[in-house]
Amino acid sequence: MTQDVATAPEQDAAARPILTVEDLKMYFPVKSAGLIRRTVGHVQAVDGVSFQLAAGGSLGLVGESGCGKSTTGRLVTRLYEPTAGSIVFDGDDISKTPPRRLKPLRREIQMIFQDPYTSLNPRHTVGTIIGTPLRIHDIVPKDKVLGRVKELLEIVGLNPEHYNRFPNEFSGGQRQRIGIARALTLNPKLLVADEPVSALDVSIQAQVVNLLQEIQRDFGVAFLFIAHDLAIVRHFCPEIAVMYLGKIVEVGDRESIYDHAHHPYTQALLSAVPDVAQATVGGRRERIRLEGDVPSPVNPPSGCRFRTRCPLAQDICAAQEPPLLQIGPRHKVACHFPGRINQHPRKPLTAGMLGTDDHGTPDPGASPSEDLHSGPGYADTWLDLDNRTFGRA
Amino acid sequence: MVAYTIRRILSGALLLVVMSMVVFVLFYASSDTPERYACGPKCSAQQLEVTKQALGYDEPITTQWAKFAKGVVVGREFPNDPDLRASAPELVQECDAPCLGFSTGYGTPVRELMTDAFPISFSLAIVAFAIWIIGGVSLGIVAALNKGSIIDRGIVGLSLLVFAFPTFFIGLLLLTFVAIRWGIVPLPEYSPIAEGGPFLWLQGLFLPALTLAVFYLAGYVRITRAFVLETGSEDYIRTARAKGLPQRTIIGKHTLRAVLTPLVTLSGLDLAGLLGGAIITESVFNFNGLGKLAVTSITRFDLPLTVGIVLLISTFVIVANIIVDLLYAVIDPRVRLG
Amino acid sequence: MTAPSPTAHEPAARAAEPLLVVEDLKVHFPTSDGMVKAVDGLSYTVERGKTLGIVGESGSGKSVSSSAIMGLFHGTSAQVSGSIRLGGTDVLSLDESEMRKLRGRQVSMIFQDPLSSLHPYYTVGAQIVEAYRVHNDVSKKTARKRAVELLDRVGIPQPDVRVNDYPHQFSGGMRQRAMIAMGLANDPSMLIADEPTTALDVTVQAQILDLLQDLQREFESAIIMITHDLGVVAEMTDDTLVMYGGRAVEYGATREILSHPEMPYTWGLLTSVPDVTGDVDVPLVPIPGSPPSLLTPPPGCAFHPRCAYRDQVPGELCSTLSPDLERGGRGPGHLKRCHLPDPESIYQSTVLPLLTHAAPSGAGEDVNR
Repeated sequence: MTQDVATAPEQDAAARPILTVEDLKMYFPVKSAGLIRRTVGHVQAVDGVSFQLAAGGSLGLVGESGCGKSTTGRLVTRLYEPTAGSIVFDGDDISKTPPRRLKPLRREIQMIFQDPYTSLNPRHTVGTIIGTPLRIHDIVPKDKVLGRVKELLEIVGLNPEHYNRFPNEFSGGQRQRIGIARALTLNPKLLVADEPVSALDVSIQAQVVNLLQEIQRDFGVAFLFIAHDLAIVRHFCPEIAVMYLGKIVEVGDRESIYDHAHHPYTQALLSAVPDVAQATVGGRRERIRLEGDVPSPVNPPSGCRFRTRCPLAQDICAAQEPPLLQIGPRHKVACHFPGRINQHPRKPLTAGMLGTDDHGTPDPGASPSEDLHSGPGYADTWLDLDNRTFGRA
Repeated sequence: MVAYTIRRILSGALLLVVMSMVVFVLFYASSDTPERYACGPKCSAQQLEVTKQALGYDEPITTQWAKFAKGVVVGREFPNDPDLRASAPELVQECDAPCLGFSTGYGTPVRELMTDAFPISFSLAIVAFAIWIIGGVSLGIVAALNKGSIIDRGIVGLSLLVFAFPTFFIGLLLLTFVAIRWGIVPLPEYSPIAEGGPFLWLQGLFLPALTLAVFYLAGYVRITRAFVLETGSEDYIRTARAKGLPQRTIIGKHTLRAVLTPLVTLSGLDLAGLLGGAIITESVFNFNGLGKLAVTSITRFDLPLTVGIVLLISTFVIVANIIVDLLYAVIDPRVRLG
Repeated sequence: MTAPSPTAHEPAARAAEPLLVVEDLKVHFPTSDGMVKAVDGLSYTVERGKTLGIVGESGSGKSVSSSAIMGLFHGTSAQVSGSIRLGGTDVLSLDESEMRKLRGRQVSMIFQDPLSSLHPYYTVGAQIVEAYRVHNDVSKKTARKRAVELLDRVGIPQPDVRVNDYPHQFSGGMRQRAMIAMGLANDPSMLIADEPTTALDVTVQAQILDLLQDLQREFESAIIMITHDLGVVAEMTDDTLVMYGGRAVEYGATREILSHPEMPYTWGLLTSVPDVTGDVDVPLVPIPGSPPSLLTPPPGCAFHPRCAYRDQVPGELCSTLSPDLERGGRGPGHLKRCHLPDPESIYQSTVLPLLTHAAPSGAGEDVNR
């Protein structure tokens, strides 16, 4: 049972990407309520998301309800088939693989679910739950399955002799460990953890987070860590992507996001997290207040989706969707007015690149810049906003 | 909501048409010589032939169904064969729309037989329904509210006991003791409201309806008790208590409304099945309802009558399903408003 | 507090007693497996206009104790003892009908999941109207006006339209606002919020916490905030009560408890929660083990099986004798339940470095083994 104090892992810049997602889209059809059920619209749950995940690394996906992070996780594990876009895993594009050929993929990509109380079949013993993947994929001869099950139970910190017990005999934290053991059975290269600790007590959360870190260290598994708890994501992931209404609004390494976020949504999000240190100061922290609710993903706002709640919104925000611009060695932001808190520019930085004037109307003389479409990874040159020049790696 | 209703009605109608085809084929195609049932065992070959033509059994099954369907809409005439009709015009029988066939056992259109029998089954079903709903739901609530106490165990135990007895046993028991030996009520007999007034109607129906209801009542006690207990642990009941609402409001308004949904479904389907007649109860009490008619048609191999009754029962069940679906939307705003 | 002298000083004495005084509260549930001691001797007070945060995990008894204040265990098989004085009245001595008059009027409760806590078949307006009319004899029309007013006060746009909507037609944040509106319908002097923002997004949570603070300022109500989120406690509460195994283990001003606690469980809570603004290399030090069984609690101190410092207490005290709630070192009113003779030095030498990732001072013994 681990009590090790594990520090948050650093990002290995030289590691090759194990997962590259480009322009991923998932639209769910909405049927009309009339006599004939026509498709009247789509829930644009994920609308053009691109990112990269290094082998053995972690990428945190954060955002609030309806941002599409869970859907993205399910797309990566191919529980859904994407409407468009590519998912390149270990060199192969798996976005269009037909269902019958997905089986070998399941050995490489596994998922850990949020609710430990409902994600384990209450009628199966723990041994069955963990051992079934081995039997299905025929990796280990039948007589060796139990040995492997016991091994896994020990890895996750449970008593190996408990393989004959049922899930309801375990606590929430222990059940989550069983779920993790099941995900590890086939030695996957990528684990998608969808809110793995939200349903657990605070003191247990730390145990499970530490366990996940150990697993990453010992087995070199890459993590796509989906969560809404910004503090835990920061602890676990050296890289974070912030999502809003189906789009990535900011992505970068830990320092860029938490210490100098440039997108007003990220800034509002970070300022809203209640801080324990506030106890000594007393009262609430200064925050950026967002008005209203998240708009419907069926009919998202034109241009920048965040503009309806953004304190900085101007005309160009409604007219043009901001491109995801690289503004640091590992930092990208999608905003017309990116900047540190209280240091946002008054004029849109993207106007020139998009070939429009400051209000977003296309300028007949100019044309959109070629550099706008950056791939999922990071380029060697970027737009250095502080020094108003191009930075180079 | 309107679109939903129309869609349900259309699919229900389609289902009915399919049902009629299936039933038709099942019965008429099940035997090579259906005319034998109609004519009787002592018929000669020539009589069999005439019967065959008269009833239209000489035609392919699809044509038979088509004529049947047409008959439902506009009515038809028997004998089926136009030559036979021409040769003996005084024997021609008119079967007005909706024509559900011509009973070979009774020699009258099926519909007439059914319209005579239906009110009896209907009355029986309705009165039984009232008894089991009011009795079952109230006892179920009482049992749930006193969970674990002797009242609860008594109610549940008694309902189990009653449930275990077959219907004919209970019917005979009631008939023998309540009507005959102790003379509390006169011998049950069906008295149409139009003739003897509602009191006589109710009095005549009381024992058979009770017999029929007792079985369902036992089941509904258990179901209501389970639903009330389940709802009681819901968060919104906790909120209602936290607001300071008195217990009777919590049960009467909040719990009952939630329990209503599953109860409506079940009772709707149960009632629909009963409308088609309660065979055992009607036999015990000698009520000439659809149940008794159905048994007679089967024992006499009266194919047209059997087909007619089966179709009628199917119609009741399909319509009940549609009504229950619509009621769902009325009760639960989440269904109505998505 | 000196004993009050007769009559002339009585109003002053009454004004000095806090709005809510809980003394030695015990809530035991008889089950087929034995007696579950959900709350086993809890005492605290809350004053008007102040907020008390109750922190604990599953099985700590935090929700059960609040349900006891609302008298929600009346008529159930639960055995409730001790005293709960709300505005001078002993809640536990009231019968059900008198208790019902208090519920929703003097003291209101709002719950964690507003979707399941509101009846799905009735409109939000109807439910608020019901909450109002059960304590006020007014016409439906008047009650409806009040409902619209309340929805407006909690920040729901177009309240006159939304009053006719069903709970599932509201978003999560709006639903919680509606629940708060319903809780406030009768101007209660005390509001108990049981994990009100746990199910909400962080930006929506901030809005709801703003609203609660706003309302408290306006109505001078006392708030009990039950939560497991230490950040929320830090920002919202004046005093903190840490519960473990059905009892208070630390109690005092939030400023002191969260910055300088003196009980190992509280230390554990602080070190196991990552700080969104702190040093990235600070490790997460979890509290080993799981919450205790309420059926058969551990002998002695309920926390001792998970405590890393029990060998710093002489003898076998921790596993044999349950510590009393005693004066702590962080100001008047600071109470803690622990046998450690010198928590301050342990805090300085081992806990504080974990929180700030300084090099540990002290004998270099690795207490995390």
